Amino acid sequence: MTSPPDKAIQLLNGIDPKSIPIQIHDMTIAYHRKPVLWDVDLDVPEGQLVGIIGPNGAGKSTMITAIMDLVPKASGWVRIYGQPYERMRKSIGYVPQRESVDWDFPISALEVVTMGRYGSLGWIRRPRKKDRHIAEEALDKVGMGEYAARQISQLSGGQQQRVFLARALAQNTRIYLMDEPFAGVDAATERAIIDILMELRSRGKTILCVHHDLQTVTRYFDWVIMLNMRVVASGPTSEVFSDENLNKTYGGRLTVLSQAAEAVQDYRRGRGG
Amino acid sequence: MTQLWAFLSLADANVRFVLLGSLLIGATSGILGTFAVLKRRSLIGDALAHAALPGVALAFMVSGSKSLPVLITGATATGIAGMLVIQFIVNNTRIKADAAIGIVLSVFFGGGIVLLTHIQRSGAGNQSGLDKFLFGQAAGMTNDDLKVMAVLSVAIIVAVLMLYKEFKALIFDPQFLQSTGISVRLIDMALMGLIVFTVMVGLQAVGVVLIAAMLITPAVAARFWTERLHLMVIVAALVGSLSGALGTYLSTLAPRIPTGPVMVMVATGFFVFSALFGPCRGLTTRLLRRRKNSLRERRHHVLRAMIEMRETHRDRNQFFTTELASELDWKTGRVEAEAKQLLRSGLAEYSAGTIALTPSGVAEGTFVVKSHRLWEHYLVYRDILAVDHVDGPADELEHLLTPDIIARLEEILQRDHDLDPTTIINIHDNESGYGLKNPGKIVS
Repeated sequence: MTSPPDKAIQLLNGIDPKSIPIQIHDMTIAYHRKPVLWDVDLDVPEGQLVGIIGPNGAGKSTMITAIMDLVPKASGWVRIYGQPYERMRKSIGYVPQRESVDWDFPISALEVVTMGRYGSLGWIRRPRKKDRHIAEEALDKVGMGEYAARQISQLSGGQQQRVFLARALAQNTRIYLMDEPFAGVDAATERAIIDILMELRSRGKTILCVHHDLQTVTRYFDWVIMLNMRVVASGPTSEVFSDENLNKTYGGRLTVLSQAAEAVQDYRRGRGG
Repeated sequence: MTQLWAFLSLADANVRFVLLGSLLIGATSGILGTFAVLKRRSLIGDALAHAALPGVALAFMVSGSKSLPVLITGATATGIAGMLVIQFIVNNTRIKADAAIGIVLSVFFGGGIVLLTHIQRSGAGNQSGLDKFLFGQAAGMTNDDLKVMAVLSVAIIVAVLMLYKEFKALIFDPQFLQSTGISVRLIDMALMGLIVFTVMVGLQAVGVVLIAAMLITPAVAARFWTERLHLMVIVAALVGSLSGALGTYLSTLAPRIPTGPVMVMVATGFFVFSALFGPCRGLTTRLLRRRKNSLRERRHHVLRAMIEMRETHRDRNQFFTTELASELDWKTGRVEAEAKQLLRSGLAEYSAGTIALTPSGVAEGTFVVKSHRLWEHYLVYRDILAVDHVDGPADELEHLLTPDIIARLEEILQRDHDLDPTTIINIHDNESGYGLKNPGKIVS
């Protein structure tokens, strides 16, 4: 977490806010007056694969949508490379939760990916050959080239998720916000997706993923934001992804669970009673 | 017949205009209806249309004029008022949208009827014709009316073409659209506005009671023909304009038939035809697919039985249908019918009560047996089911496993369970159920 003194230190160290992909300052989000995110204060460094973890209702998706101004802020601000979001819209690609769209809609995989070009097209202008070409490339990249003409409801869950990822690739942005890209996908798709994310990172992109599977956090993410209505910890995974922080993030439940797990372990080893 | 000729030849200028008008109305409502239906706004359109009736009456009472622009303005005003009331009820009470729509629709419509009755009683000289707004009277349109409608229709269609990409994203994935910097609220308002105008344009020809059907029916019919939005829009426009033109024509055959109901009947005819014969989700398509599947299943059962009999009979290939019948536990007649099918598709020779697989029959049968056994082994080896439980599930899956899945099964069984996929035996033939290296019964 970056408190004001830290900010001062940053400035002293000569870190230009324009080089920080996402800065969130004192942001509170409330739905119907009930706060779901309190006083979020953090910076996301460039070129990192960032995991956002936390229990259900911790405000993970809300944080992503708040960065993109899709939900109103009760207080605080977000800066993208030192600028307000409206001016930096085109540098953010977005992968929403799979449930958030109408999968029965008559649209092909390629058309969905072509939507990734809408942001740079703006109002009224239609996608051109160049845009379609970019979309086709993105589909190929996620290994879905042969399904371009398929209606989306005829794709499996993993394939649908790949199409979403391809759409984000077609946006070709510096920052990617992804809401549970690994939810409900098969192991092969998960591997394919993480490979693509790592390749994006190696090209200097910054990627934020809402993530559920604690097992894979250390393997996938360089940086982790641990959230439970407030930021419990935010920093390099190796430093902040500790049992103590996990306990704080997941509250009493994990403590009981971990105690129970230890008891079972002890019992199996023949030590416990 | 002369009537038909007079109509079709378009000799009469009035007929020409009326026909063009109903084509345009049908096309416009088909196009907008596609978006309305996909956005699940069908009922809102209905409420809107009913709420337009008091507006028509009020506009006449205030202005004393029956010119279409005046009446449409009034209709639009109360139509939008009705929508706002629905919105208000949904936002501020616990009443759900369907109930709110029902309330507004009936109250506004009732009000409209009261006003219309009042106008008629008051005996204003030129009141006749307002009641045409109930069920529509295309033939009653003047040239001026038609010009207004044509201009509005073309404007609506152009607007849809311009905002096509935005509407598509609005319905499919509004959050994403918002994230690209295009205001979902504005686009949504634009779509709603266009639906309002479409309803208003069709009001005189189709009537407030049924205009929503012209919005919904062509779109729903079109959904049976395609899985692509732009094609759905085109098909809906075609269905809509055909219904409009045909409906108008049929309603002129006898005096005093209102146009709206006839148009809707024609559109419904298109809908029923589409639901029955449409290639996507149509009933016939589904039945054919089901029949094809069950034929394939039966064929697979016979082929598998023959391959397994070849195994137990040391590669004898020719069997009596009675033998096959007892292996399958089928009646001989059923086996014979199936044998004829196999003969026709070149998978087997069938003559004089004996049946023998051709090489292609052997190939397909071997694949089925392999699918069946691989799946059984997979279930047993992964401790998913016990040996005596796997036959049923494998029976179902042998028809569905693709070469892709088969390859993966082979890989898994070979890698994790040291199983040679080229020598997979019938898992039920082995006492332990696991002795796979038994070379006795081999399927390659």
